[in-house]
Amino acid sequence: MVKRHHGIVRATHWLTALLLLGMIGSGLQIYGAFPHFGPRGATYPLPNPWDGSGFPEWARLGGWLAGGLNWHFALAWPFVLTGLVYLAYLIFSGEWRSLLFRARDIRPAWQMQRYYLGLNPEHPPQGKHNALQKLAYTSIVLIGALAVASGFAIYKPVQLAWLTAVFGGYELARYWHFLFVWLFVAFTLLHVALVFLVDPASLRAMVTGWYRGRFPSHD
Amino acid sequence: MTEWTHGLSRRDALRLGVAAGPSALLAACGWDGGHGLMPGLRLFSRVNDWVGERIFLGRLRPAPEYPVSARTKPQDFPAYSITYNQTGRFPGVARSDAWALDVGGLVRKPLRLTRATIEALPAVTYTVKHHCVEGWTAIATWTGVPVSTIAAMAEPTGEARYLRFDSFDSGYYNGWDLASAMHPQTILAYAWNDRPLMMNHGAPLRLYSPIKLGYKLTKYLTRMTFTRDRPGGYWEDQGYPWFAGV
Repeated sequence: MVKRHHGIVRATHWLTALLLLGMIGSGLQIYGAFPHFGPRGATYPLPNPWDGSGFPEWARLGGWLAGGLNWHFALAWPFVLTGLVYLAYLIFSGEWRSLLFRARDIRPAWQMQRYYLGLNPEHPPQGKHNALQKLAYTSIVLIGALAVASGFAIYKPVQLAWLTAVFGGYELARYWHFLFVWLFVAFTLLHVALVFLVDPASLRAMVTGWYRGRFPSHD
Repeated sequence: MTEWTHGLSRRDALRLGVAAGPSALLAACGWDGGHGLMPGLRLFSRVNDWVGERIFLGRLRPAPEYPVSARTKPQDFPAYSITYNQTGRFPGVARSDAWALDVGGLVRKPLRLTRATIEALPAVTYTVKHHCVEGWTAIATWTGVPVSTIAAMAEPTGEARYLRFDSFDSGYYNGWDLASAMHPQTILAYAWNDRPLMMNHGAPLRLYSPIKLGYKLTKYLTRMTFTRDRPGGYWEDQGYPWFAGV
């Protein structure tokens, strides 16, 4: 048994999962008030399978637009704070070294991908996390940061006009903000599937902190 | 500009068919948090109002102006009112000379302004983007008198901290912080896209500002009241964010 996850990592992980669920539910509630992208009279030709339709009741939080907004703007505080606590821990503990995807991880990531596709018979050697995991865990932090930034861009498009401009203006920022939802959802589905398919012991590690599985290295 | 008491033409009424905005506001389904959590959510909303007032309005940033060519087609610019939702007709005043704007509350010089008086004051015209709480935007040109001009005439006392705007639209009203109300782009508008304001957009006079969400922009104005205590608002009292600055 090795101690794998610090209490801060475990707490922020599960808190983020819960808060993200609330952010998405309330966000889908808000989306239903105007289920299009682009200004009035000109829907942008952007891929959106949900154009013109709201989301089912089970997927929404808040009951109506005002409720959705209140949930969204209340949960946003702990959501951002939890993310900052997690990042601060990674920086001060040095843990970022086993998580940050760098140029030297590109080749191992490719080998790992080949292994998952059945083209490499052997599981490539790895430390605490393999290169694909590093890519995933680095990307999700970036996506989280972009989700928050695009959220601010549509929250204060006049006062934070520079930020809104970074996302291509209010109407596009709204689209990117919506798109990040599906990246979060895709990440979560893949993340959970891989936990059970590849390394179920990692689930226990994220709950208790202790790991007794296939990849005990502790770099 | 004296045509604003006229009813809607058939063509205008057809154009209003696209004014679908309020249906989503009124939809009610799903879980809202219940009686236990709603007060907590409202508290967060007040925290966000406070942040909005203190941080985002610190420097009174003006909203960008757009060229006239960027205007949204008139028929694509939604308009609604509470009265219209309830009766299918926009509220109106029978005779243009029966209407006046009352300015009162914590002021040294209470005023009663006719539309002719207001139109005679130095006007501001700008083409700006409208942000609706629902998520849509639309661009139009608005003409009117800055609220700060009216305030200078009425001379609010040092106690005044908020402005309340009342209307003849089935009790619709809004409360504003003074800093937002005194923003140079916050105006009492009487023209839309170079035409006299029509009934669907709040004739004879409405509040307009590109620094707030649409529901803060009281249409069909009847009264401006300077207050010491924070006024609520039609939608704000039902849970919508109070500050609503963009």
